[in-house]
Amino acid sequence: MIPYQFGYHRPGSIAQAQALFSSLHDARFLAGGQTLIPVMKQRLANPAHLIDLSRLEELSLVAAEDGAIVIGAGVRHFQVEDSPDIRRTIQALARLAGTIGDPAVRHLGTLGGSLANNDPAADYPAAVLGLGATIVTTNNVIAADKFFSGMFQTALQEGEIIKTVSFPAPLRAGYAKFPNPASRYAIVGVFVAQTHAGVRVAVTGAAPCVFRTTEMERALSIRFEPDSLSDVRLSSDGLNSDLHASAEYRAHLVTVMAKRAVTAALDGQSSPIRE
Amino acid sequence: MTVVNMTVNGSPVAAEVENRMLLVYFLRETLRFTGTHIGCDTSQCGACVIHLDGRAVKSCTMFACQADGASVTTIEGVAQDRTLHPVQEAFREHHALQCGFCTPGMIMTAIDMIRRKKAQDRKMIRRELEGNFCRCTGYHNIVDAIETAAEHCASDRI
Ligand SMILES: Cc1cc2nc3c(=O)[nH]c(=O)nc-3n(C[C@H](O)[C@H](O)[C@H](O)COP(=O)(O)OP(=O)(O)OC[C@H]3O[C@@H](n4cnc5c(N)ncnc54)[C@H](O)[C@@H]3O)c2cc1C
Ligand code: FES
Ligand code: FES
Repeated sequence: MIPYQFGYHRPGSIAQAQALFSSLHDARFLAGGQTLIPVMKQRLANPAHLIDLSRLEELSLVAAEDGAIVIGAGVRHFQVEDSPDIRRTIQALARLAGTIGDPAVRHLGTLGGSLANNDPAADYPAAVLGLGATIVTTNNVIAADKFFSGMFQTALQEGEIIKTVSFPAPLRAGYAKFPNPASRYAIVGVFVAQTHAGVRVAVTGAAPCVFRTTEMERALSIRFEPDSLSDVRLSSDGLNSDLHASAEYRAHLVTVMAKRAVTAALDGQSSPIRE
Repeated sequence: MTVVNMTVNGSPVAAEVENRMLLVYFLRETLRFTGTHIGCDTSQCGACVIHLDGRAVKSCTMFACQADGASVTTIEGVAQDRTLHPVQEAFREHHALQCGFCTPGMIMTAIDMIRRKKAQDRKMIRRELEGNFCRCTGYHNIVDAIETAAEHCASDRI
C-alpha cells in the first residue's frame, strides 16, 4: 500500500493534461504504472498528484508512414510486439518489445513511460538510439542522439509529454539481450541496425545510460557480419558493476551480444539469449 | 477519494476508494475476493495476477481508481457453479500445486496465455511464466498442467 494520500486526475486530452500539470503542485504523469507504482511502493517517489495519461487516444496510435513507423507514447509493449505493421517494417523492434519483463508487465507498460524513465537497463532506449528514431513531444522534436542524457535523465523538461516516436525503417536490424534472470531487465542488451545513414550500434544495461559504440559501428560498416566484431573489445572503464555482473564481464558481454544481434539482423530475427 | 464503477466476476460494483488503494487491496479487503494473493512488493511474483478487460495484469501494480469502467475477473470468477475451470482441473490432475499460494496467479496467467495461443510448447509455456514465481513445485507439474489444458481447450472458448 502507498503510505500517503495523493490526488488522482484523468484528463481527456493532452491539452488538459498540460493544463493540469501547470495548475497542480508536484504532479507526475502516470502511464502504464509499471515503473512509477513499484517506485512509489518503495517510497522512492511520492508525487502529490498523478495525472493519468493511459486512456488518451491521442497517444495510442500506430501508423506506417513513408519509410517509418510512428508509435504513440501510450502504446503498450504487447501492442508493439503484436502489431503487423511493426513486425513487417521493423521486426527487431516488435521482438524487443516481446522480451520486456513478462506478459502482465507488457499488457500495461508503455513506450513513452519507458523512454521518459530512461532506466539504464531498459530495452526500448537501445532501439530508439540504435534506429536513430525521433521523439515528438508537446514542446519539441528531439533526435534520439540528443534525448538520453544520463542515468534516469532525458532531454524532457518539466511537464513535457512525449506524444509519438518515429522509427525510420532500417535495411536490417537485430537485438540481443542477456537478461537478468529475475527481473528480465538487460544486464547487457545490444541493438544493431544497418540504416540508410550508416550502421548504428546502441548498448543498454552496460553503463549508467544507453550509448553508441563507434568502434563497433566502424567495424560493421566495413563488413556487416558477426566476425567483424571478434576483435572489438569495449573498455570496462565507466561500465556498471553490481551484484549481477562486474564491469569487466559486462564489457565482454557487449561484444558477445553485439555479434548475436548482427546474426539476428542477418537472419531477420532477434534472438534473446536465454528463453 | 474517487468513485469507481467496475464489473467484478460478472457483477457490477460501485465504490468510493482512496486514490492510493491498489487494485489488489480493493479486491481482497473491500470486496473480500481473497483468492488474489500478494506475494511481493516489487511487482515480480505474479501471485496477484487477475484479468482486466480479458488481459492478465498484476493487480498490485495498478490503482483501483485506474480500473474504473473495466471488467475484472479474479480466480473466484473462473469456475462455473461447482465445475472447475479446465485449467483448474488440469492443475488438480497434475498435482501442479503444493502450498497453493502462487496458484491463483498461475491459473490466471495460464488462461491468458492459452487465449493468446502462447501455450503451444513447453518452452513457450515456461517463457510465458516468467512473471509468476512458485517456491514449491519447481514448475515442472505446472508446465504439464498448462500443456494438458491447452491441448483440451480451444483458445477462443476458455
Ligand atoms: C516486473 C517488471 C519487469 C520489467 N522488466 C523490464 C524489462 O525487462 N525491460 C524494460 O525495458 N522494462 C522493464 N520493466 C519496466 C516496464 O517496461 C515499464 O513499463 C516502463 O519502464 C515504464 O512504462 P510505464 O508506461 O509503465 O510508465 P509509468 O510507470 O506510468 O511512468 C514512468 C515514468 O514516465 C513518465 N511518463 C509516462 N508517460 C509519459 C509521457 N507520455 N510523457 C512524459 N513522461 C511520461 C512518468 O511520469 C514516470 O515518471 C519491468 C517492469 C516490471 C514491473
Ligand atoms: S504481489 Fe507480487 S507481483 Fe503483485
Ligand atoms: S505451490 Fe507453493 S508457491 Fe507455488
